[in-house]
Amino acid sequence: MKSKFMNQVHYTLMILPGFVWLILFSIVPMVGIVMAFQDYNPGLGYWQSEWIGLENFKYLFSMSDAWQVMKNTIIIATSKMILNLIVPLTFAILLNEIKSVKYKKVVQTIVYLPHFLSWVILASIIINIFGYNGVVNTVAGVFGAEPRVWMQESSIFRQLVIGTDVWKEFGYNAVIYLAALTGINPNLYEAAAIDGAGRWKSIWHITIPGLIPTIVLLGVLGLGSVLNAGFDQVFNLYNKIVYSTGDILDTWVYRMGLIDLQFSLATTAGLLKSGVSFILIIISYVTAYKVANYRVF
Amino acid sequence: MIENKTLSSRVFNILNNIIMGILAFSCIYPLWYALSLSLSDKSAANSGLVTIYPIGFTLNSYKEIMGDWKFFNSFWISIQRTVLGTGVTMLVLIMMAYPLAKSKKDYKPRNILMWIVLFCMLFSGGTIPWYITMQKYGLIDNIWGLVLGGSLPVFNLIVMMNFFRNISSDLEEAAVVDGANPWRILFQIIVPVSIPVLATIVLFTSVYHWNEFFQGLVLTTGETNYPLQTYIKQLVVNIQTTNLTKDQIENLSKLSNKSLDAAKVFIAMIPMLIVYPFLQKYFVTGIMLGAVKE
Repeated sequence: MKSKFMNQVHYTLMILPGFVWLILFSIVPMVGIVMAFQDYNPGLGYWQSEWIGLENFKYLFSMSDAWQVMKNTIIIATSKMILNLIVPLTFAILLNEIKSVKYKKVVQTIVYLPHFLSWVILASIIINIFGYNGVVNTVAGVFGAEPRVWMQESSIFRQLVIGTDVWKEFGYNAVIYLAALTGINPNLYEAAAIDGAGRWKSIWHITIPGLIPTIVLLGVLGLGSVLNAGFDQVFNLYNKIVYSTGDILDTWVYRMGLIDLQFSLATTAGLLKSGVSFILIIISYVTAYKVANYRVF
Repeated sequence: MIENKTLSSRVFNILNNIIMGILAFSCIYPLWYALSLSLSDKSAANSGLVTIYPIGFTLNSYKEIMGDWKFFNSFWISIQRTVLGTGVTMLVLIMMAYPLAKSKKDYKPRNILMWIVLFCMLFSGGTIPWYITMQKYGLIDNIWGLVLGGSLPVFNLIVMMNFFRNISSDLEEAAVVDGANPWRILFQIIVPVSIPVLATIVLFTSVYHWNEFFQGLVLTTGETNYPLQTYIKQLVVNIQTTNLTKDQIENLSKLSNKSLDAAKVFIAMIPMLIVYPFLQKYFVTGIMLGAVKE
């Protein structure tokens, strides 16, 4: 019995460093949420600043910027979510139809690459490619198009953000589908061939149904990121001219809080985001557990 | 899959091969483009003549970088951050995942601790409270701010915990009979049999620290403290062109040195290219571990 008690002590000592880390860098910052209900003054700190109830929330909802930013965030995030489900799926199915094993392997190896490069790096290259002297204008010029700076056209900025994100992630996102494809019983394809099913029929009746559980699971889990439009990407690609369509919650909070130093308002907007995301993630996890028997731990 | 010799099937195969080729090309193109730009003559790079291969081949940009101490300073900060960050994270995660992998019977507070950890993964105070806390800790312009600021990577903790949990308990029981304490069991039995999952998490953690951008942006104020990603960001000046004429745009772009910038971007990618083959080997397992079904 004594050794069992000693084990508890050892276990607690093992957990301690991680827990201290969590407390100092995750839990202590949560105290700062009080700023959302204050007119926070850095000189006075959390406890002396004036409490103003829900004034910050009221003010936030009265700003026209807030609604535009919300709209941009949801459009960008939802489009990414849906396309990041469909495009990798299509890619995985098409790649699976390639006969040459070697070619398949080469393609697979290359398409993961952009996932592992940071948005800073990729954005610096993408801005170049879509810039005034960039490759896109050179190619478009052949067809007689006028050169333009693509990243400064607010009418297409959102599409460029969504498109480049899908491009960056499709190879990586396809991995899970490709793994699921190997789990489909090859006898099914043989049986279908004997019954005279062509390629499309067997894709439609065997491949896709075999992937449905994976698709549903990924779709449900994606729900939690409806307010995550991708700070790194937008911040590195955008500029003042495209704020109207490209500014998202995270970049807005960043500028409001850390550039304009409106701590209280930025905290309020951040809290709304964390709160809504928290609820959505809980819903998605519960659904994933019910629908697909998926458990996080 | 199915051998089908009809015409439409053959056309499909050819088209499919071409599409896959184009997609693969698009994914390698940025790398290739940065390399070509960096090896091109400055004026050719600035005027947008480079598309596929270097124009006016020269190593000038790389020679110029050799004397750029700010670039290497940032590179060194990122290396330090990656090594320290990965080391600290792994040690802490291993020690934490082991007791959490125990059942409530073996370690009483296990479930409540797990709920707290999970809560921290799903909810955060937001950017501003986090920033103010970091300021109070004195972690602005401090390498430890970058190492610790992201807090505990809970998702990796769960992946590791799930793996530890599935290790056969026979191994452990034999060690207990021999009188080993939990520390020896963890480091001499559990860790050696978990090398594949630990390697996966090491790789992913180091990629995270190398590529991480937001904390570098917010937590460093002086140029001499920038990690590499922040350094690269400030190179890319996004020229605002609404009120400018064509000539002005061209003059402005002459001031920049795209070839030199591209060389820096390319060097920043090299560590990723070095670990890429290892990532390849492990990340499929990594993704699958993240999606364990029990």
